[in-house]
Amino acid sequence: MESVDNIVMQARTEVAECDNLQRLDELRVHYLGKKGKVTTLLKTLGDIEAEKRRAIGQAVNAAKTELANLIVLKKAHLEALLLEEKLATEKIDVSLPGRGEARGGLHPVTIAMQRIIDLFARLGFDVATGPEVEDDYYNFESLNFPAHHPARAMHDTFYFGDGRLLRTHTSPVQIREMLKLGAPIRIIAPGKVYRSDYDQTHTPMFHQVEGLLVGEQVAMSDLKGLLREFVNAFFETSMAMRFRPSYFPFTEPSAEVDVGWDKGDGSEPGWLEILGCGMVHPNVLKACNVDPEKYIGYAFGMGVERLAMLRYGVKDLRQFFDNDLQFLRQFH
Amino acid sequence: MRFSYQWLKQWVQLDIDVFDLAEKLTASGLEADQVLPVAAPFSGICVAEIISCEAHPDADKLTLCQVDAGDGDHLQVVCGAPNAAAGMKIPFAKVGAELGEGFKIKKAKLRGIESFGMACSAKELGLSDDHSGLMALADDAPLGMDFREYLGLDDFSVDLELTLNRGDCLGIRGLAQDVSASCKSVFTPLEIRAVKPAIDDQLDILLEDEEGCPRYAGRVIRGVDVGAATPLWMVESLRRCGVRSISVVVDVSNFVMLELGQPMHAFDLDALQGGIVVRRGRSDEKLVLLDDKEIDINEKLLTICDSKGPVALAGIMGGLATGVTELSKNVFLESAWFEPSIISGRARALGLHTDASHRFERGVDPARQVEAIERMTGLLMDIAGGEPGPVTVAESPGNLPQQKPVSLRLERLNRVLGSSLGADEVSGILKSLGMETDENSDGWSVKAPSGRFDIEIEEDLIEEVARIHGYDALPASLPAGEIRLGTSSEGQIELTRLRESMCAAGYHEAINYSFVDRSLLETLKLDEYVLPLANPISTDMDVMRTSLLPGLLRSLSRNTRRQQERVRLFETGVVFLQGEKLDEIDRIAAVACGSAKPEQWGTTGRALDFFDLKRDIQSLLDLRGDTGSSEFTHAEYAWLHPGQSAAVSVDQGLIGWAGAIHPGILAQLDIRLPVLAFELDLYGLLKREILYAKNISQFPSVRRDLAFLVPDGVIYQQVRDCVAEIAGELLANLLIFDVYTGQNVEKGYKSLAIGLILQDVSCTLTDEVVDSLMLKVIRALESGLNAQHRG
Repeated sequence: MESVDNIVMQARTEVAECDNLQRLDELRVHYLGKKGKVTTLLKTLGDIEAEKRRAIGQAVNAAKTELANLIVLKKAHLEALLLEEKLATEKIDVSLPGRGEARGGLHPVTIAMQRIIDLFARLGFDVATGPEVEDDYYNFESLNFPAHHPARAMHDTFYFGDGRLLRTHTSPVQIREMLKLGAPIRIIAPGKVYRSDYDQTHTPMFHQVEGLLVGEQVAMSDLKGLLREFVNAFFETSMAMRFRPSYFPFTEPSAEVDVGWDKGDGSEPGWLEILGCGMVHPNVLKACNVDPEKYIGYAFGMGVERLAMLRYGVKDLRQFFDNDLQFLRQFH
Repeated sequence: MRFSYQWLKQWVQLDIDVFDLAEKLTASGLEADQVLPVAAPFSGICVAEIISCEAHPDADKLTLCQVDAGDGDHLQVVCGAPNAAAGMKIPFAKVGAELGEGFKIKKAKLRGIESFGMACSAKELGLSDDHSGLMALADDAPLGMDFREYLGLDDFSVDLELTLNRGDCLGIRGLAQDVSASCKSVFTPLEIRAVKPAIDDQLDILLEDEEGCPRYAGRVIRGVDVGAATPLWMVESLRRCGVRSISVVVDVSNFVMLELGQPMHAFDLDALQGGIVVRRGRSDEKLVLLDDKEIDINEKLLTICDSKGPVALAGIMGGLATGVTELSKNVFLESAWFEPSIISGRARALGLHTDASHRFERGVDPARQVEAIERMTGLLMDIAGGEPGPVTVAESPGNLPQQKPVSLRLERLNRVLGSSLGADEVSGILKSLGMETDENSDGWSVKAPSGRFDIEIEEDLIEEVARIHGYDALPASLPAGEIRLGTSSEGQIELTRLRESMCAAGYHEAINYSFVDRSLLETLKLDEYVLPLANPISTDMDVMRTSLLPGLLRSLSRNTRRQQERVRLFETGVVFLQGEKLDEIDRIAAVACGSAKPEQWGTTGRALDFFDLKRDIQSLLDLRGDTGSSEFTHAEYAWLHPGQSAAVSVDQGLIGWAGAIHPGILAQLDIRLPVLAFELDLYGLLKREILYAKNISQFPSVRRDLAFLVPDGVIYQQVRDCVAEIAGELLANLLIFDVYTGQNVEKGYKSLAIGLILQDVSCTLTDEVVDSLMLKVIRALESGLNAQHRG
């Protein structure tokens, strides 16, 4: 019979020298398996005289525990080495591009328009829309444009030859909504509008957002405050602003809003007109069966392309309708 | 409207500089666009006289002048101007003078003769385009006086961008009135005296159209020297208002128009036959205007006629035959008031826009026709002499606009503006605008001056007070009122979610014009319900789109021509279908070409096909929650490949189409890659049921695969329906993972491989249940679809 000590000594050496999991398992079987050396020793304990059995038994059990631990540790070590080796072979170049579809993007006019709508929606303005083919009544007459007034000539209108026309502004939506819902009312009307004009700074189609608020406790001071709030929120900075008296047939008093703008080309910052607004003309309220003595309203309208150009640094208006992917890919 | 700052200052006492004035103007609603100095910043130029003038000994075209610049010395100056003459007063640049841009006058030698300074032309000083010779100054110009001071050249032109309602500011007088209010300065209107008639001559004036022309003032002046030179001060005043000097009669009438806002006209008296009749035109009449163009007269046009016919278009332009020429001796002046609505739009319809029509359209002060004719007579006689007849006025007072009193309530004013202005402040502003105010218990009864056409109701007065008080001085507050949540329906999918879905699928949003080329619609056979524009901006944008497809195809082809191999674009917007009535339909559409996925490493690319597009459509349909309710069925469309096209429906309602664009159409549009496209109505797409959660099963699911052959004509939908009918509620999901034809598959058949995911909500499925179910499925496929089970 080999002594426990010899077996342990030999096993320690062999486990220490072992360099693969298969060999380690063989060693485990060799020493601790059913027919292993240590197991065999344990089985022979019964043959040993009683007074020595306890001491030897303890020694063999200690040896079994020690060897089991050694093997577990060695196994963990060898597995760790193996994993390390495997990982080393699995290294990838993370700078390679990801696979699959690349994201497209929203049109900058949509982005700006949605932003405008969202900002006003927070103040309880509901979105309203109206037809793009209108007639003279909704586009002009109900909005207090007198027949033959030069103000009509300023709107270069597309006609269909039968009294219908393409709306030149989103203001007809004011009329349609007020006729439908009466007062008080708080709406925002985004949409396409059309004017027969095509050059560097005009396209025959563009987008407007129109706002209308009518109520009993409404004043021009609110309009000022609201638009100031809007402009600062839209540009996310406190803008220099001025309200300038102006003229629109459907508002009285009327104003245009300019913001201080640095073109960034070294020239002096100047004023840039960004929207028109005013107190709803009593004739417009009357056309919508709203009592102008009881209710006061204000309306404002802005060109979305203009705001998008300022916000996103677009230099040429016409790019918006070219749909050149090189241009569109800049927006998401 | 361009005006001279110095001229304005003759009418209103101003103690602010021109830049502050410009700001005040803008803040009061008269937008000052730009302020320009009227002369270059030259210096050292003075009034001088040519004492003597003789030929240069060595040059034919040069003269040798002795010039007195006011300091007693005679300076020798070599001069190239053909009009240099002894006794002439000229602007003279002394040695050391600066003409701007670093050009400094030095002593010089010209062809061997020394020259001490330069005699200047108007062009050299930037005062006109005339470089024919030296600028001739008036004989009484004070020798030695600084030239800038002499002509008041330290002046500015201010460009006003006037709104349509402010015709009253199209003359210095009206402008000065407004400025006196906004700048709180004193208005100092010029007193215009009547000129005593020297002769009795007059023309009869008959107002046939009293509504169109309720007042017409005329005057004969005989013996006018039409060749007299317009004095420099007037030429300068005109120039600073953007008007070129033409001849003395024209210049004086322009001067009066700029000063008083009243357009004037002068006829050659001897070219007129009989008296003046103001009447509507007749359609058989023609008139050659001063600009040499012949126009056809019609009943809408108001005309000034003599006994033979039209001699001028009222308020727009005079006729050539009766215009003043260099041979004219006697003139007839016209100063009339025309009703704005009878002038409005008429010039534009004729392709004309004149200073007169611009003013009459907006409204001219109806009280100043006689004043203006007196002013013109006075100026003309001062410059060109002549003997005036009496002023003849024909008028129809009942048709002249009358300013009605408008009431203004202080409480209303402050309510509308959100301000707290006091009564004194308000009445002070109104008075400074020349308004008559009558105080009453809650405010005032206000009468505006005759030239203000924009004061009709209380709000007009509120605006007047607000703009003079200053919009920027009004308080700013936030809207008050009940806060409501607004409307929001889950039964309606937000359009932004569709857009996001398209973006996630790799599409870029396009925005095309709503008008397209009719011929493109014809090519696509989408021209059935077309709505044409009466006045398109160009022939390739002449009809309203009936589909989003043409615009998207245009954009796609523009991109492929710019080396974009893979294009994916979508658009949302309205299309216009003109049937018995017009339908404006909201749609979403997309076009795609190129590879199925962007070119990338690690996978083999393949061309896009119908099913890639269908996945993108299904992503949109998935937003409705219940995909089962949507259907793609084969249908043919003229613009689509007949074998690769589908009608798309939801809840049994057709919402659009999808497919490959017909290769013949692509060839016509010169697009070389296959293009897939779809177009769907938003109305059906955006509607959905409110989601309602079902119980999910706690028991395991089982998957069984089936492979079988079916005849070519059998479509997947039939297989689906068949399996679903048999498997019923147990079918949790059905997959198709192979569709194959070719080797080992009998001709006329195709091989399909499907996977059934089976699951019961109340128990674990046993093999027996599943096996028997699968057998039933196979039987049903065999009997219903002629399928041959393969395994």
